[in-house]
Amino acid sequence: MSQARTYAHGQQHPIKLYLVVWGWLFILSTFSYLVDYFGLHGYLRWSLILLFMMLKAGLIVAVFMHMAWERLALIYAILLPPTLVLVFVGIMVFEADYTLLTRVTFFAAGQ
Amino acid sequence: MNKVQEAIVRPSGWRGIVADWSGDQRAFKNVSWGKAMMWIFLLSDTFIFGLFLLSYMTVRMSTIVPWPNPSEVFALTIGDRKMPLILIAIMTFILISSSGTMAMAVNFGYRRDRVKTAVLMLLTAALGATFVGMQAFEWTKLIVEGVRPWGNPWGAPQFGSSFFLITGFHGTHVSIGVIFLAIIARKVLRGDFDRERRGFFTSRKGNYEIVEIMGLYWHFVDLVWVFIFALFYLW
Repeated sequence: MSQARTYAHGQQHPIKLYLVVWGWLFILSTFSYLVDYFGLHGYLRWSLILLFMMLKAGLIVAVFMHMAWERLALIYAILLPPTLVLVFVGIMVFEADYTLLTRVTFFAAGQ
Repeated sequence: MNKVQEAIVRPSGWRGIVADWSGDQRAFKNVSWGKAMMWIFLLSDTFIFGLFLLSYMTVRMSTIVPWPNPSEVFALTIGDRKMPLILIAIMTFILISSSGTMAMAVNFGYRRDRVKTAVLMLLTAALGATFVGMQAFEWTKLIVEGVRPWGNPWGAPQFGSSFFLITGFHGTHVSIGVIFLAIIARKVLRGDFDRERRGFFTSRKGNYEIVEIMGLYWHFVDLVWVFIFALFYLW
């Protein structure tokens, strides 16, 4: 019970904060949809998509999931491990390029 | 009890991390075990979705057949106009709105406003169910058009397997979230957390923190959709 009482009144923030974040998520989603609607392509498209994606993810994790108010011990325990996936992404970019190269070579030779 | 708590001031910053993680104590000081466990579960789920998206990247990069254009595949004709990706955009807005209502439910939960919390949670569940319904519509449309996990009429056959795997797993998460929301909303409405009624399975006294833990799961589902929307539908 004493434990329950300690946590039961945590994370009190004004409603306005959530409404503002909600509004920003709508705006950012509209922007990312417009990237497709106007048919932007190439590096401009990819960088805009990634930018809006990271901003939305950041707002959700920081405010909606209250990560901004947690202690660093929890923040790093949760947010650092997923960055290892980025290392894996790097590895697989090389691997996929190699697979593509062999396919191009092999299928071109067969024709 | 409060005096003891005030006597111990935890250091912050890097010193705080070292102090919190040092031996023979709980690492997460002001987070209950329920919340810590939900975060750790979400971390493992992050790896699952991260690797799904990674495998999608790998097959898309390595195929010599052109990838179907998602902008056209997911276009809908409304009236006379062909709107690119419009269904997915609407689904995105619905899921974001459900995240908004969920965040407000958590807030009203900590204010011990029983009815508002339950209503907002049920609204969240309704938006989530709408999302799943639209996804069922989308799946039906694509299956009718001939998309299968092993092929499709427009290009690289890996498109189907990536699509069904990623959106299917996400849709399952949303469906489980809707059930989870309904169960907790019923408990809130019944006043379980005001009267400290004991749980059916656990015999433990619950409190409004479960609404926040539930919220973490729901926001995570929204978070995953942000990545799927950007990397699968828009890329």
